[in-house]
Amino acid sequence: MAGETILSVKDLRVRFRTLDGVVNAVKGINLHVDAGETVAVVGESGSGKSQTMMAAMSLLASNGEATGVVDYRGKNLLTLGKSELNKVRGRKISMIFQEPMTSLDPLYTIGNQLMEPIRRHRGLSGAEARAEALRLLELVKIPDPERRLKSYPHEMSGGQRQRVMIAMALANDPDILIADEPTTALDVTIQAQILMLLAELQRKLGMAIVFITHDLGIVRRFADRVYVMRYGEVVEEGKADELFANPHHDYTKMLLAAEPTGRKAAPPDNAPILLEGRNVEVEFKIGGGFLAGPPMLLKAVDRISVTLKRGQTIGIVGESGSGKSTLGRALLRLLPSEGVIRFANQDLSKADKSEMRPLRKELQLVFQDPFGSLSPRMTVGQIITEGLLVHEPSLSSKERDKRAVEALREVGLSPETRNRYPHEFSGGQRQRIAIARAMILKPKVVVLDEPTSALDRSVQKQIVELLRTLQADHDLSYLFISHDLAVVRAMSDYIIVMKQGKIVEEGPTEEIFGHPREAYTKTLMAAAIDETKFRQSA
Amino acid sequence: MFMYVFRRLLTAIPTMFVIVTLAFFLIRVAPGGPFNQERGLSPEIKANLEAQFGLSDPIWLQYFNYLKNLLHGNFGPSYNLPDFTVTELFANGLPISVQLGLSALVLALAVGTVLGIVAALNQNRLGDYSVIALATAGSTIPTFVIAPVIQLLFGLTWKLLPIGGWGDGAWINKIGPILTLSLPQIAIVARLMRGSMIESLRSNHIRTARALGLSDWSVVVKHALRGAVLPIVSYAGPAAAALLTGSIIVETIFAIPGIGRYFVDAALNRDYTLVMGTVVVIAMFTIAFNLIVDILYAFFDPRVRYD
Repeated sequence: MAGETILSVKDLRVRFRTLDGVVNAVKGINLHVDAGETVAVVGESGSGKSQTMMAAMSLLASNGEATGVVDYRGKNLLTLGKSELNKVRGRKISMIFQEPMTSLDPLYTIGNQLMEPIRRHRGLSGAEARAEALRLLELVKIPDPERRLKSYPHEMSGGQRQRVMIAMALANDPDILIADEPTTALDVTIQAQILMLLAELQRKLGMAIVFITHDLGIVRRFADRVYVMRYGEVVEEGKADELFANPHHDYTKMLLAAEPTGRKAAPPDNAPILLEGRNVEVEFKIGGGFLAGPPMLLKAVDRISVTLKRGQTIGIVGESGSGKSTLGRALLRLLPSEGVIRFANQDLSKADKSEMRPLRKELQLVFQDPFGSLSPRMTVGQIITEGLLVHEPSLSSKERDKRAVEALREVGLSPETRNRYPHEFSGGQRQRIAIARAMILKPKVVVLDEPTSALDRSVQKQIVELLRTLQADHDLSYLFISHDLAVVRAMSDYIIVMKQGKIVEEGPTEEIFGHPREAYTKTLMAAAIDETKFRQSA
Repeated sequence: MFMYVFRRLLTAIPTMFVIVTLAFFLIRVAPGGPFNQERGLSPEIKANLEAQFGLSDPIWLQYFNYLKNLLHGNFGPSYNLPDFTVTELFANGLPISVQLGLSALVLALAVGTVLGIVAALNQNRLGDYSVIALATAGSTIPTFVIAPVIQLLFGLTWKLLPIGGWGDGAWINKIGPILTLSLPQIAIVARLMRGSMIESLRSNHIRTARALGLSDWSVVVKHALRGAVLPIVSYAGPAAAALLTGSIIVETIFAIPGIGRYFVDAALNRDYTLVMGTVVVIAMFTIAFNLIVDILYAFFDPRVRYD
């Protein structure tokens, strides 16, 4: 399969001039790509894996500069003139990106955007380019390609847009396709489809693929060779199967061990029911208004019943738009809903704002985005004690401070951090702060809305451990909302699978993972878990 | 789209009604009236005048009479310029103001857009700094300074342009006022364009275009510029409404018989009908240009659909 070396990167260094001084993102790395092979560049965020390839394609931000050699068939891409470079980019080496939603120009049709690189690089006429575009859409298996040529990006789903991106990248039959986290932003079932498509196209067209990814699952399934990057350096390289079987560097070992493990036992049968929802329904109105006719109704949550016992963790899984976050919010009465919601034998369904306020302390919520959910203008101490001002107003500022110290210790942060601001912390630390903010009120039920999805695998594992310890120490009940099945499996003792606002399947974790009954659950599981099957079908 | 425009025009009716009503009663709340001059008229003459113009009627009756006349397109007589009706004043002045304002707007959009693009493409380099300096100067130096400087240099020193006057619409008389009107607008448009172009150039789909090896022209003009003009379109709507209805400063300094000076003169003289006339004209321009902006938006951005 592997042939001659077509791309080799020698002593590549990438620096960014920032307000805080020069940042060395890539510190002199060497790597090479052979014809037709699949190379994975693995690392966590900030490892410099993307910037390496951005530098190779001369796509660095304006404050970045690259030195070294990026040799493509005897030409150094770093010193090539613009017009020469543009004969390689999109023609011989092409690239697809992580963000399918924003990587296409929203103002032009798919057909227009597909035809542009074809006409530019091959000088075809309009009609020929159109036929080519049609063929490419068929190649990436977009249904009804004739009609899709006239569609705009916003009329397509994320998976379809990524297919279009792939079609654009392959339009001129390149030697190398660089795929920068091509499936990270997609739902698991779509991820599997895109990966299979890439594997199939590689067999058909024979180009080399460079996968930039943090996902070891993809590496294991796909790559012939692997480079592991950390802090701008390659710490280990080798054949994929050898590297997985026998990692040498500590960091590689740590990455491999970072997949969340462990199982949670179900609470005792006689554990009291804390939070209960019966036939919960949430409807959203879309559009409508003065002279615009009646609004469209969308049932985000459709008659769902949930029973959460003390000490239990219910995992709610489903793809984006399945209504899982909406359900979590409705159960905390943060959204108006129909149906009955009871907390500790108290009917919340009719409770108004002021009746809910004393209960808010018991029912806490932790969000996905550790960057957006902490106020940038408050210190960590102010952020985590804010709830105490409302719920325990009798506390003196000294007592509040004491509670803040306790809460920070509990989530594994140094108490000194309470005088600092959120931007000084990493994503994982911020998520700890967000957890401390919930825990300081000593809640009974915590809804965790994708609390680990924005974090690196190794950090994810730490947060999962932390949440487990807190649960054991305080006998907490969790509603754990996530699309990440590995994390859900490690955290929950009961699983609810949602699709389009409805429960598809529910049951104890091992039952759902071991013997999924419904077709949808099976696809979900197959996409995320079953690696061997994947290789065969690809 | 047609239904949308129709609906928007329909909602303009209640909007206009509210504006006219508010303006009508607000100007009446201000003390004094059209015939309270400094020296004062004898009470008999004043009473006669007021009776003739219906000003002695109860206020609600005056309001309904005004509405009735307005619906027939009749703005009423001017109290302080008794030889003219308000309609005649606008018929004479409005075309002049619109001509100057429209020329200034077109000039500002053309020059400002180009300057903004140049600045964005040379971000944090000399070209960028020059445009920023120019834009800062343009938006901080007031028109009542720019206008006399233009008159002094071009009119008195170099004798290239007339110092003022309309000259029955000779093009040479328009240059000074158009320049004065457009300079601050050029500054604003350039700054807006620079900002939105920089943002547009940083967006992911521009990265895609570069990765596909497209030419700089295609990247900048086809992909970056089209998205970047949207903020300019939003700004141009209200700006057009303001420019086309005249400027008191420019029209006064260059002695141009437009309608800009009516705004202030009429309000100071409590020339009720003329005040109401200008309010109606400005409101109509504002509503119309906002509608045009929204239609243009749908033209530039396929994600915007009205139905």
